[in-house]
Amino acid sequence: MASAGNREYKSGLIRWIEYRMPVFSLLDGVIGRDYPTPKNLNYWWNLGSILGLALVIQIATGIFLAMHYIPTADGAFDSVQNIMRNVNNGWLLRYVHANAASLFFVAVYIHIFRAFYYGSYKAPRELLWFLGVFIFVIMMAAAFTGYVLPWGQMSFWAATVITNLFSVIPLVGDEVTMWLWGGFSVGSPTVQRFFSLHYLLPFVLAAIIVLHIWALHVHGSSNPLGINVKGPQDTIAFHPYYTAKDAVGFGVFLLLLAFIVFYEPNYLNHPDNFNPANPLVTPPNIVPEWYFLPFYAILRSMPDKTLGVILFVGSIVVLFLVPFLDTSRVRSAKFRPVFRQFFWIFVADAILLGFVGANPPEGTWVVIGRLATAYYFAHFFLILPLVGWLERPKPLPDSIAQPVLGDSAPEVAE
Amino acid sequence: MAATDQSSDHDEDVNRRDFLYVAAGVASAVGAAFAAWPLVNSMNPAANVLALATTEVDLSPIAVGQSVTVVWRGKPVFVRHRTQDEIDQALADDKTDLPDWEADADRAPRSEWLIVIGICTHLGCIPLGQKTSERRGDFGGWFCPCHGSHYDTAARIRKGPAPRNLELPGYSYLDDTTVRIG
Amino acid sequence: MRGLLAVLGVAFALSLAAVPVFAAEEAEEPLERDWPHIGLFGTYDRAALQRGYRVYKDVCSACHSLKYISFRNLIEIGFTEAEAKAVASEFSFEAGPSEETGEMFDRAGLLSDTFPRPYANDAEARLSNNGALPPDLSLMAKAREDGTNYVFSLLVGYEEAPDDFDLTDGMNYNHYFAGLQIAMPQPLFEDMVEYRDGTPATVEQMAADVTQFLAWTAEPSLEPRHRMGFQVMVFLILLTILLYFVKRKVWADVH
Repeated sequence: MASAGNREYKSGLIRWIEYRMPVFSLLDGVIGRDYPTPKNLNYWWNLGSILGLALVIQIATGIFLAMHYIPTADGAFDSVQNIMRNVNNGWLLRYVHANAASLFFVAVYIHIFRAFYYGSYKAPRELLWFLGVFIFVIMMAAAFTGYVLPWGQMSFWAATVITNLFSVIPLVGDEVTMWLWGGFSVGSPTVQRFFSLHYLLPFVLAAIIVLHIWALHVHGSSNPLGINVKGPQDTIAFHPYYTAKDAVGFGVFLLLLAFIVFYEPNYLNHPDNFNPANPLVTPPNIVPEWYFLPFYAILRSMPDKTLGVILFVGSIVVLFLVPFLDTSRVRSAKFRPVFRQFFWIFVADAILLGFVGANPPEGTWVVIGRLATAYYFAHFFLILPLVGWLERPKPLPDSIAQPVLGDSAPEVAE
Repeated sequence: MAATDQSSDHDEDVNRRDFLYVAAGVASAVGAAFAAWPLVNSMNPAANVLALATTEVDLSPIAVGQSVTVVWRGKPVFVRHRTQDEIDQALADDKTDLPDWEADADRAPRSEWLIVIGICTHLGCIPLGQKTSERRGDFGGWFCPCHGSHYDTAARIRKGPAPRNLELPGYSYLDDTTVRIG
Repeated sequence: MRGLLAVLGVAFALSLAAVPVFAAEEAEEPLERDWPHIGLFGTYDRAALQRGYRVYKDVCSACHSLKYISFRNLIEIGFTEAEAKAVASEFSFEAGPSEETGEMFDRAGLLSDTFPRPYANDAEARLSNNGALPPDLSLMAKAREDGTNYVFSLLVGYEEAPDDFDLTDGMNYNHYFAGLQIAMPQPLFEDMVEYRDGTPATVEQMAADVTQFLAWTAEPSLEPRHRMGFQVMVFLILLTILLYFVKRKVWADVH
């Protein structure tokens, strides 16, 4: 939907470059003055660019941390202490990297739930959605490998628990697990290879994000009303409108990051990770970082390990099926009052699963965990299709411009 | 929403708008610079590396005529307790034509102690001459076996391919028997 | 919006209800105490840190290492360079091998060295402590839940075991330690340390001082972090407000 490069650039230098490599008209067509965007996007649409900022922050801090980090079982914990105590501003690099990872997940969850609420995954944006889920999976792998690197107690035991899951694969499970470990248990070969993968994955992520943005630009962004763009009266140029709005989003994100980094940098961290990894001592309660807690709860909901792994994997795979499970012909929950209730119930269920994951699987938490897991899958396999069929949505406005301009909006043929 | 502003109002709006944009742009650029600095500075030597930036040497066990090698910032440093003959020779040579002329007094403020970096200024080998059993070259100082540079008792280059005298590290005497190098 | 508020309400209610399941013999929650370094503008009390160092040196260092602290770090808490050098030279470190003999030899500690371990290895540590391994203390204030309060509570929490409590031989009763019995005997007794500044060395005083010292060893960057944080927050608040006005100006013709 980008307009042809008819733009005249005033600067001689820009014209010189443009003639030889039309990067400026490309940028203008992709995120600039020639990329039309629905004019009614709300602040929930800022999360995409915020995620891009978070990735840049992680790569920048990560590259400089990697100059001082030692990726071996003997050196890792001490090298992190060296970064915290001796490297100039090392504590700042480390705290930003660790906490921006958490905010990365806050942003991705808001981004995903925005898509759920407004039906952004519906045709013709199903492939965009698949790429997004794939990005989420790579993010989880990057975060998981990253958390192992400090080689604290939680790093070691989380690595042990998650790599042990692969042993449920029939026939080759044990071999695959040993292949992942590089040994007979989590050890130095494991952290060494996790460091290599952790450095690689953000760049894989960047490549998939390029595809994600390409898929987005074919049909353009969806919007809070969920109705298609009908003409130029419904859109405005991305620059300067959404560049300015995204800048405000960046400011808010950086404020949140700064507050956590400078005043509560260890709030989201587990104290046991300040004890060096000890293969002979199991912590009383092994828990992953907060953003994995709901999936951890689903994993532990079944007493049978294999079933738990199937549900765990299933809870992510089901995300790929959402465009097909949701049968509603209306995109946005704004016009789906029944679905809207179920959306909020699902959010509550996800948060509840998080609490289940944080607590040891004992007593009432076991029952709550199983009910919450059952509801999680029920939301996708029962509620999405049924509510889509049975609900009578509210009438949609004619166009994006119409609710704003009222009857003075230009008549558009359907 | 037709614009019916008076042209002067419009100009004022433009100026105020431009100022806002310029202010925001400048503030963002300043912020980015302040954010980039810690990243760049993290590559500077860390505190534990800087702690090894100086080495203190106890001079009392070094006998007259003895030469000791200490390590400073990863490099060898020759600390020689010069004999009176060596000092006299060095002072006399002040008057000769030296490839890299330097007065002995400038190289050894306390004439009995000569402290120089033990790296040949030609291509970086470590010259011989610390032990009395080693060759000291034709001028009683040091001899570099790699390409045959000769240094005198003030570690000045006298013969051979090296262009400059052995370098002096910065140092200061903390008291009569202790010197801090670096 | 209503839905969002409802969800947040549920989450908040749950967070109050999510009390971990406690077994019958569980430790008490640590005592809450006001520490000068807690809070947005918190800083360390250098006098307390120096007294705390004295307690570590005279009492704890017999068994507990402090491997991530260098002698030069003591200058950050108010000791002079000469005092820090004096502390360093009390310890000896292996150096060498000597050029003449080919053997290793001992040298006095330098500012650049870190506090050495009281024991040669884990096995020797366990032999000297009834099989228990005294942990390194550099990070202890962060390595436990509510670490600073926990360390303080542990140090003042020793008492006689109740009659109905089955205390294993060689263990000591402390109701802030998980399982209620700890291998470390009570370390602090009244007046066991003489403070340079004349402060009376009560058990509570020594515990508070060494706790603050250990809070510092775990987090030496706290003060530069709070200082930089204030500057960064002010800058970002102003910048975000500025960017918001830019956004409104840019969007003025759309709204």
